[in-house]
Amino acid sequence: MTAPVLATRALAKRFGSLIVAADINFALPQGVRYALIGPNGAGKTTLINLMTGMLRPDGGQIFLGEQEITSLRPAERVRRGLVRTFQINTLFPHLSALEAVTLAVCERRGDAGTWWRRLPGYRDAVDEAYGILSSLNLGHDCYRVTRELAYGQQRLLEIALALATRPKVLLLDEPAAGVPRDESPALFAAISGLSEDITVLFIEHDMSIVFRFATRIIVMVGGRVLVEGAPDEIAADPRVREVYLGQKRHG
Amino acid sequence: MIGPFAGVLFDGFAYGMLLFILSVGLSVTLGMMNFINLAHCSFAMLGGYVTVTLMDRLGWPFFATLPVAFLAGAAASVVLERALFRRLYRASDLDQCLLTIGIVFMSVAGAAYVWGTVQQPVQLPGYLQGSVTFAGISFAVYRLFLIGAALAITIILVAGLEWTRFGAQVRAAVDNQRMARGLGINVDGAFAVTFALGSGLAGLGGALAIAIVGLDPAFAFTYLVYVLIVVSVGGLASIGGSFAAAALLGISDMAGKYYVPELGAFLIYLVMVGLLMWRPAGLFGRR
Amino acid sequence: MTAATPTAGAGPHSYLQERIRWRWIEIAFWLATLAPFFLFPLYLQLASQIAITALFALSLDLILGYAGIVSLGHAAFFGLGAYTAGIISKYGWGEPLSLLVIAAAVAGLVGYAMSFIIARFRHLALIMITLGLGLLLHEAANSAHWLTGGADGLQGVRIWPLLETFKFDLYGRTAYTYSLIVLFLAFLVARRLIHSPFGLSLRGIRENPVRMPAIGAPSRAHIRKIYTISAAMAGVAGALLAETTATVSLEVLSFQRSADVLVILILGGAGRLYGGLLGAIIYMVARDLFSGVNPQYWYFWIGLLLVAVVMLLPNGILGGLAKLASSWRRKPS
Repeated sequence: MTAPVLATRALAKRFGSLIVAADINFALPQGVRYALIGPNGAGKTTLINLMTGMLRPDGGQIFLGEQEITSLRPAERVRRGLVRTFQINTLFPHLSALEAVTLAVCERRGDAGTWWRRLPGYRDAVDEAYGILSSLNLGHDCYRVTRELAYGQQRLLEIALALATRPKVLLLDEPAAGVPRDESPALFAAISGLSEDITVLFIEHDMSIVFRFATRIIVMVGGRVLVEGAPDEIAADPRVREVYLGQKRHG
Repeated sequence: MIGPFAGVLFDGFAYGMLLFILSVGLSVTLGMMNFINLAHCSFAMLGGYVTVTLMDRLGWPFFATLPVAFLAGAAASVVLERALFRRLYRASDLDQCLLTIGIVFMSVAGAAYVWGTVQQPVQLPGYLQGSVTFAGISFAVYRLFLIGAALAITIILVAGLEWTRFGAQVRAAVDNQRMARGLGINVDGAFAVTFALGSGLAGLGGALAIAIVGLDPAFAFTYLVYVLIVVSVGGLASIGGSFAAAALLGISDMAGKYYVPELGAFLIYLVMVGLLMWRPAGLFGRR
Repeated sequence: MTAATPTAGAGPHSYLQERIRWRWIEIAFWLATLAPFFLFPLYLQLASQIAITALFALSLDLILGYAGIVSLGHAAFFGLGAYTAGIISKYGWGEPLSLLVIAAAVAGLVGYAMSFIIARFRHLALIMITLGLGLLLHEAANSAHWLTGGADGLQGVRIWPLLETFKFDLYGRTAYTYSLIVLFLAFLVARRLIHSPFGLSLRGIRENPVRMPAIGAPSRAHIRKIYTISAAMAGVAGALLAETTATVSLEVLSFQRSADVLVILILGGAGRLYGGLLGAIIYMVARDLFSGVNPQYWYFWIGLLLVAVVMLLPNGILGGLAKLASSWRRKPS
């Protein structure tokens, strides 16, 4: 049996007396679409921060494939294919979308260290960046400066930046957060358009996205995994209802 | 060697206490709002000049001028905060540095214009002059007074932070500003008051400093470096940290000047850079 | 660099090309730098000082304007370059071009060593460390008067004629030609650097240091590289000063000089390559015009200028002009 692409074992983290992660064990098989849900403060973003190396765990281990990556620096994890997007747009405000994605491509290719060749000389990198942006329907607006883009477009740019790194595992932190209704179809298309080679774990509050895209759901409460299962199991689970979906009184 | 060493220790500690009074305000306001106010020592300088003017021109007794020096620092900070600083709370470090350095330049030039560039003498009241001898070591009365004042201020500040509602608001705002706002705390108002208090303390420190280190228009710059060292080494918003860092700096500076004068200020800067590299958030800082 | 408005159907390649091509106004600027030879022949010594300051400001722009590193101690490298050139010439080797190279190497090496520290910190700790390191070097030079001459300045600086023919004299012809050529060459290097993928990654660091590791960027390595390059460039500027004036005083390492170059860069506009050059011209010319005024009052106006720039013109003069230009362009014709 092949190792899961991403796994944690007994992952734990606390801030003083506040426990944000306790004994987290889970595994992501290749190519799945898992959703991570839970009430606010359950520790979902913290878990992503732990897995990507932005937070150091107090205990436990993280595995990317066969490799243990618990002590690797964040940039190194990205280079090995573990990539995330941010819940709040963390973009380059004054770079155009094309420049931003080209930057990500160049970093991946190791070209970002060369200071004596002009950027337009890297035609492949630019073509690749433009291709990613076009696949997300941002091609025609890619010359615009990031802060002038519509919010939904910025969320898509978040994903574009992640895709430019050629991830093996993609952690999406509330990709639809704040996106206005009329811009969400583009976002849905982007998520469903993600290649089968990429394993995806996404945090979402929007249940329509969760039930539409997820093959399996992990529920977190108070820093722990409450339950894990197929979408219909989770929807029917009374514990989950109590904690998160709320007691249903009608139908 | 005990004699001179104890003397250096005492003088250094007293000097450190002066630095503490000058710095503690900046430490708290930096920790609260992350606003880098390099003009902090301009308020100190103002307090010093207020004291000098009141004593020289109006014949006020030394002690009476101290509250006025405090108020002058506080008032000046309120004016600047309302007019300029509050627009820059979300600005970059660089912008805050530049703006406040600009204010320092202007204050130094202004002080030179009004009071000239000469050192301002101050005539301490008789009961603060001279020294007392204890266990074979002579302690200058004024330095004892400084130490006492600093300790009193520390107690008041710590008590205020721990036991008053205002203090609780300040602590909440330092800990997590967004959360504090969410809880309904008027963070901006609390900051304005804290800023005024801190600048007032700077003004008081400036007045107290005259008898120890003198006063001239360059004061705003010269002591800025020391204050910054105390604040960055001590840790932001940490009264204990400022106290420890100020004492450490005062003693090291005195010891350095006494034992290895050829090295000058070299040692201080080396220690600071070393400490910051070891603990970038300061000895008692949290971030 | 002004943003290009692409025409419909313009591909990504032409967009990027458009952003980096030479504008006519740049060419005009560089042609204008030849003007002092004809229009102000008595001021060539001043012009060479302006060129040197501009080079120093350019080096600061690389780390401040492009990578976002706030340094209050950049004069450390300027001074290192000046003292290196001065001291070596004092002990017998005064060939100007090789001195430039050696000064760049020394400053670059120290910059490289310091960069390991610099790259690890941000905000107040970084500002304090740059300030502290600058003050440290100043104090060290002050104490080491057997080497540097201490507060009296370096005595016995002897620079040989450039290319064995052109002497450095009081008229400044050689000085200005030399400084201008060095400035232009350094500018070409900086310009190429900014328009490379490395330049793009620097802007990324400045724009959002958190995002950079999230796209796999080795931010610290990038910062170390640009800091070293910037240090070497500042060292060249310092060496030029030593060579063109045949003096080196402690002032080259002072906080004053670090603060001045910061003001100059901000005045002109950081992150725009020409900001430092423009700021240097304005500042030095103004200072020369008002040199009769008491230095204290000069700093009053500088202070006021700083406050005005931060409150009203945060991207300096070039930033303000760029804003004007783009609002013009947006007007319906």
